[in-house]
Amino acid sequence: MAALNGDVLLQVKDLRISFGTYAGEVQAIRGASFDLRHSETLAIVGESGSGKSVAARSIMRLNPEANTMVRGGEILFEGRDILKLNEKQMQRIRGPKIAMVFQDPMTSLDPTMRIGRQIEESLKKHLGMSGRRARERAIELLNLVGIPHAEARVRQYPHQFSGGMRQRVVIAIALSCDPQILIADEPTTALDVTIQAQILELLRELQERIGTSIILITHDLGVVASTAHRIAVMYGGKIVETGTLREIFYNPQMPYTWGLLASIPLPTADRSQELIPIPGSPPSALDPPKGCPFTARCPYAMQICADEMPEYTPFSEEHRAACWLHHQMAPNVEPPARIGGTR
Amino acid sequence: METRQRPLTPELFKPVGEDYRDNERIAGPSIGFWRDSWYRLRKNKAALVGLVVIVALIAVAYVSPLFSPYTPYAQDMTQTYLNPSGKHLMGTDNFGRDMFVRVWEGMRVSLYIALLAAFFDLAIGVPFGAVSGLLGGRVDGVMQRIIEILNGIPNLVVAILVMVVLDPGILTISVAIGVAGWTSMARIIRGRVLQLRDQEFTLASRSLGAGRRRLLVKHLLPNSLGLIIITLMLTIPSAIFYEAVLSFIGLGIQVPKASLGSLINDGYPQLKFHSYLLWFPAGVFSLLMLSFNLLADGLRDALDPRMRR
Amino acid sequence: MTEQNGSANGRPLLEIKDLKKYFRVGRENLKAVDGISLEIKKGETFGLVGESGCGKSTAGRVLVRLYQPSGGEVLYGGKNVHEAKGDEGRSLNRKMQMIFQDPQASLNPRMIVGDIIAEGIDIHGLAENRKERLDRVHELLETVGLSPEHASRYPHEFSGGQRQRIGVARAIALNPRLIICDEPVSALDVSIQAQVINLLQDLQKEFDLTYVFIAHDLSVVKHISDRVAVMYLGRIVEIADRATLYGKPRHPYTASLLSAIPVPDPQKERERRRVVLSGDVPSPANPPKGCHFHTRCPRAQDYCVEHEPGLEPQEKESHMAACFFPVLDDQRIEEPGTSRPYRAE
Repeated sequence: MAALNGDVLLQVKDLRISFGTYAGEVQAIRGASFDLRHSETLAIVGESGSGKSVAARSIMRLNPEANTMVRGGEILFEGRDILKLNEKQMQRIRGPKIAMVFQDPMTSLDPTMRIGRQIEESLKKHLGMSGRRARERAIELLNLVGIPHAEARVRQYPHQFSGGMRQRVVIAIALSCDPQILIADEPTTALDVTIQAQILELLRELQERIGTSIILITHDLGVVASTAHRIAVMYGGKIVETGTLREIFYNPQMPYTWGLLASIPLPTADRSQELIPIPGSPPSALDPPKGCPFTARCPYAMQICADEMPEYTPFSEEHRAACWLHHQMAPNVEPPARIGGTR
Repeated sequence: METRQRPLTPELFKPVGEDYRDNERIAGPSIGFWRDSWYRLRKNKAALVGLVVIVALIAVAYVSPLFSPYTPYAQDMTQTYLNPSGKHLMGTDNFGRDMFVRVWEGMRVSLYIALLAAFFDLAIGVPFGAVSGLLGGRVDGVMQRIIEILNGIPNLVVAILVMVVLDPGILTISVAIGVAGWTSMARIIRGRVLQLRDQEFTLASRSLGAGRRRLLVKHLLPNSLGLIIITLMLTIPSAIFYEAVLSFIGLGIQVPKASLGSLINDGYPQLKFHSYLLWFPAGVFSLLMLSFNLLADGLRDALDPRMRR
Repeated sequence: MTEQNGSANGRPLLEIKDLKKYFRVGRENLKAVDGISLEIKKGETFGLVGESGCGKSTAGRVLVRLYQPSGGEVLYGGKNVHEAKGDEGRSLNRKMQMIFQDPQASLNPRMIVGDIIAEGIDIHGLAENRKERLDRVHELLETVGLSPEHASRYPHEFSGGQRQRIGVARAIALNPRLIICDEPVSALDVSIQAQVINLLQDLQKEFDLTYVFIAHDLSVVKHISDRVAVMYLGRIVEIADRATLYGKPRHPYTASLLSAIPVPDPQKERERRRVVLSGDVPSPANPPKGCHFHTRCPRAQDYCVEHEPGLEPQEKESHMAACFFPVLDDQRIEEPGTSRPYRAE
């Protein structure tokens, strides 16, 4: 497991993003901070509505311009704040420096353009490659992502590829300009489990070979366990816990993380245990709660949780959680037996 | 580190009360579909302008004759071809008739024709398309062939045929336009029904035992209402325009009755010396058409369920 | 008092015999379901698992009479469900219900929740008056963990998990005996999945329900099912009780599926041996000759290309697998122990 001591490549500081809708201001992200290091995979985990996809798109500045409001914070990359760059500067970042893979491979590719051309577009625009060189590189990339008969397939259209293959092509396009950061937003959610395994293995291999840093957005902790180095848990627009892979899985310190871990059915052949769901639903982004966003669903919630957002308590160099339970005045609480670990 | 706004007391670390717990509460009032669409429509400035203009035009068209001493048909040969003035806001025509009243009369007639045509769309097009889409198979095949045949015949020919069979008049023109035009509504509704038919909520209803009638009335048509309204909004200017075309070729409203189309038709030859006879009806006509189109566009966005938030 | 569902005389609740469902798409014949046979016992939860394109959803819809079969038959309490007309048909509607996958699309966006839930009641005239109807709706809402005030709201005001629960309420409104759950939790976040799964299990106990649970997520299926069948390209490749299927799968596809599931445990993830299947799922319009799975099977032999395996009992009668070289204990998936095709011992 490399890279825990790597340099920081991208730093998100106290990001606050809202969307203006006719129903009011939707506060999608309310103060999220995390960073990404060289050659590591950072997983941002959270359920729908937690703001994780918005965070990813914010790094790429892909949110709809018209009603996106940056309420605060910075995204520091190469010494500059991404949020303050203009469109022209962003275009020099999107592709060559930071690339994104989206969830649905069916709609990520242009159905009327051959695969080769879609890869070459990026090469020509950002790297100024000529026709033949671009074509060679495109074939190289298809081989890199494991598409057999690349020379032939490069001339095919997206509909001639299956879902898993399409996702590989999307990854190839994303990697075409050797970006330092690859953001993968639920890259395997729409795929069958055997194909998912293939894609995850591909991402792991690519990271080892090329050293790209990956931000993996997902709600599936199983996917995280096999690919991530560090994890940031997001809820209600805030990051509630961050830590290394082992720290989060074996020593989680926040009731939401406990809840997530406890609600996953395990495919092992043990006697099945009760699934412990997290009751209720995620908080409204239109009218977010004042204190900790998890209060309404937390079995250990205290009065202070409803009133104020807790500060982060550090547990190790990498591990920190925002929870009032760690305050000295709070009662001692053990995580559910199924999680194990100690406080 | 910020300074604390208030000190932390042990009280604060007691378990939180029931009212903080999530009891699956939903915040806010229930927003029905129509209210939500209205909100969205309001944000579209162009559509709002269109709506306001339409309402204004209709208001003027129905209210202004009450204030005018003239009627649309009163001739006064001493007052022919007068330019627009304080007495005659839009001038007079070759028979001395006040154009102001005549233009609004024309608009009323045009609208009436258009609404009748829209009614045909509704009465024929919607059921035809819905049944075709719902039943599918061979019935659908036959019904679509009927539409194709009808579409193959130029609208004008259909209109002329109708008018030959029936006596000329406002009703006839409406029927002619309606008969020629319902096919697009039918196709649109059929498309929508085909789409809805495979949606899970339709399947759920079927698995509960719903018959076709229930499916249509409770599920398919309510979810097509948006589309129906939008198509109607576009049918209206289309019918007004078509009536103008018919008038232009002499098949429309007969004198002395007036419609916007016939007024344009009458005003056109006078373009050289009495151009106001063309500009006013043409201006009102264009304004009406534009407004309906803007409104229809706005409605399309406002009623589109996919663009929800 | 014997019930129509046949439980008293030991007959299975639902019998599926060589069911086929083909779709004509242009010139091709899509064999979505290509001959499956199953028996569902009263009170059990039967899991039906497979990846996309395997035909499980289609099978579910045929069962609940949304599609007519192209071949074979489905018997409920001994009677063919697709031949039932009129009153018998209506009675079947009440006995077999379905819960759908997509929380967005499974509720009519123009209807309020109360009407959605009460639709079955309305269709079958089960409520005498409005008050009774309303009471029943409130009762159902509370049964699924929502509150009566939700009845006057529209679906879009609810979260995915809540919408699925509304779907459950709708399904149980008619007091069915059998519920086909078509991927009811696939579109939900994991923590919400647990809510709905627990709800389904509670309801099963309370109302003595039988479930056919269709899913592609093996972990979820394992948690809730008593017996499980694995489908591939329209056919069943393995059936067994839960412990056996997950502990000692015989069919290489089942074994690969199990090894492909990501486990939320980093240590186990690193230690496990994973068999990653190569290639893609073939199209159901053009399934491979012989054993459908041979194109991706890590242990395929020449024999598999030429012959179609049938479901054969493995060590136990209740454990069936369709493979000539099933994965025996202590074998790795890629290494068949023998080159002699398997026949029942």
